[in-house]
Amino acid sequence: MIEYLQILGFEVYKILFLLIPILVSVAMIVWLDRRVWGLVQKRRGPNVVGPFGLFQTLADALKYIFKEIIIPASANKVVFILAPIVTMTLALVAWAVIPMSEEFVLSDINVGVLYLFAVSSLGVYGIIMGGWASNSKYPFLGAIRSAAQMVSYEVSIGIIIINVLLCVGSLNLKDIVLAQQDLWYVIPLFPMFVIFFISALAETNRPPFDLPEAEAELVAGYQTEYSGMMYAMFWLGEYANILLMCAMGSILFLGGWLPLIDIYPLNLVPAPIWMVLKILFLFFLFALIKAIVPRYRYDQLMRLGWKIFLPFSLIYLVLTASFLFYFEKLPKGNF
Amino acid sequence: MSFSRILKTIFLVEFISGLYLAIKELFKKSKTINYPFEKGSISPRMRGEHALRRYPNGEERCIACKLCEAVCPAQAITIESTERADGSRKTTRYDIDMLKCIYCGLCQESCPVDAIVQGPNFEFATETREELYYNKEKLLANGDRWESVLAKNIKLDKPYR
Repeated sequence: MIEYLQILGFEVYKILFLLIPILVSVAMIVWLDRRVWGLVQKRRGPNVVGPFGLFQTLADALKYIFKEIIIPASANKVVFILAPIVTMTLALVAWAVIPMSEEFVLSDINVGVLYLFAVSSLGVYGIIMGGWASNSKYPFLGAIRSAAQMVSYEVSIGIIIINVLLCVGSLNLKDIVLAQQDLWYVIPLFPMFVIFFISALAETNRPPFDLPEAEAELVAGYQTEYSGMMYAMFWLGEYANILLMCAMGSILFLGGWLPLIDIYPLNLVPAPIWMVLKILFLFFLFALIKAIVPRYRYDQLMRLGWKIFLPFSLIYLVLTASFLFYFEKLPKGNF
Repeated sequence: MSFSRILKTIFLVEFISGLYLAIKELFKKSKTINYPFEKGSISPRMRGEHALRRYPNGEERCIACKLCEAVCPAQAITIESTERADGSRKTTRYDIDMLKCIYCGLCQESCPVDAIVQGPNFEFATETREELYYNKEKLLANGDRWESVLAKNIKLDKPYR
């Protein structure tokens, strides 16, 4: 019994050691997003609470906690309350397999990519549940849009991941990073990286693909009926998802925790810091893009996903496979 | 679609030039100010919060001619007057409903003795409506508070009146 409790305690400690930094970094990343957005538009962005306004998100969260949670009379209460919880949980659960360094990973499973992909696909349920349970037209339309959009772009993300897997020969995220020791996949698979990045924008409902919450037509999309802490949870889940996509991008293409070049001063920097830097770089691009792009029309979004990204990534998959086969570079993994 | 357009689309030329522009703008100075800590310059003609002015000897300027009450398009001003012992006509009541007021500045323009003026203060938000029903004391207090600025503004605006 004592032994069991010890193991349980250690696991909980490990989970908290991962979750708390993630929640804090989500708060920081919201600040970064707003700040970059503001600076590009030559505003100042949040700069009052704490140094450089760093604690702005904490202040916002505090405000949300003390706000009243309004549940519409015609809403399905159970699903309505469950929706933000599902979104938030799924966004955080995926972090279990993200390796921050060779040792620093919560659960080192052999099907890490599959797990990541499955969990990030499930994320759409939170949004659908929220939109449906609100029993109101704007959330419903937003949820439909979001579902269609996430499903469409998941397909091309899946094929892009297969591209990487072909080069690695393993679904373990650690192996994927270690396989990039000589050459980051961003170089040979550059077109795939670009498509992955754009699909990640669509997957996380970021501009220019933020149609589910297009404020001009849908008020706030699936979040319209939410208030207080439930709204904040949707919002935290969304940013945790964005962070997750950035982490996925840096693992699949930017060599995860590997240093820029494996030479003396650079490889002294601890591995998790490299990982964080790469995630931050990708997030910075996310934030910049939010500032410069107009919103896509819905049919354009669908056309881009199904008629351009999907065939292109399929063709590239065939090219990669033929290249690897012809030059006998197929990975000799432990099959 | 022309060939060059297709190439432009495939290589995301416009997107990348947009990113370049964004990064360039990122390092430029912000155009906005840090509002509650620093404030923008205000024209001497600023039509902000009302004030009733006094003569340097402390006597109220207002002679209760009621021109402002008559000209006020929102009918926000209410004046009652009486004759004093020395024969001068002065107000006993001078109320402005700041919620009705549209800040058009006609009261200031109609005043023959520069008594009612609109000062540079625009930060007089309150938590209740009642606080915005200004009476004579409040307006005279405003006049005392802002007198230096108000006198300067009237002087600056003189050539244009």
